[in-house]
Amino acid sequence: MSGVERIPILKIGDVLLASIQVDLQDRDVLALQEDLAEKISATGAHGVVLDISAVDIVDSFIGRMFATIAATSRLFDAHTVVVGMRPAVAITLVELGLTLGEVRTALDLEKGLAILAGLAGDRAAR
Amino acid sequence: MTGPGREDIPIAADDDVVRIRQVVRSYAQRARLSLVDQTKLVTATSELARNTLTYGGGGSAVVEMLGEGRRQGVRASFADSGPGIPDIELALTDGWTSGRGMGLGLSGARRLVDEFTLDTEVGRGTTVTVVKWSR
Repeated sequence: MSGVERIPILKIGDVLLASIQVDLQDRDVLALQEDLAEKISATGAHGVVLDISAVDIVDSFIGRMFATIAATSRLFDAHTVVVGMRPAVAITLVELGLTLGEVRTALDLEKGLAILAGLAGDRAAR
Repeated sequence: MTGPGREDIPIAADDDVVRIRQVVRSYAQRARLSLVDQTKLVTATSELARNTLTYGGGGSAVVEMLGEGRRQGVRASFADSGPGIPDIELALTDGWTSGRGMGLGLSGARRLVDEFTLDTEVGRGTTVTVVKWSR
């Protein structure tokens, strides 16, 4: 049995970026959830981008983890955007009946960062 | 068409779920399923393999190539000797779950495939078989 695949988390300004490039095992997703919570808490990041452009399937377990990551980041006043979902994955998710809860989605990284910048602006204005 | 026509895969740990996704993907490509249909079948089998692991306490999967006239398909079957499902209708309802999932495993998997068979008996175990055909 192989070990946990740690997904690297990059920091760009106030945003954390995790780009998923491997076929995720359940425990990899759980590890990512913990690592992100630690890193948001340590850095005070206001946003998280999950790049799934290399992910060829999202099942209900993985989908639920995205929702959990988003809900956890909200507790640290950070928003989560999932970017780069493949069309076949999107069609399958809808038919599966999965909604991603509070998770925002954007076509690509650039648009995801723009959404987070907008939300950070709202936060500064409060 | 090259490659094996049938593969037996044990389901005993997390990484077996990933292995099944990979095997089903390669069979679906060989059966010339469209990318969307490949994704649907792989997602359905991921749900079912995880069910076998989580609720059935492990078991095994069989993945097979099917040929019927000009049509090709993939059949995947998941068997466990777990507790079985007492109320099939309830288990096939969206949102119903007895475990860590979202309650979409069985009902969602059924929507993603062309054929879906559920054979279960309390105390004996559960076998779920799905088929997806090329169009």
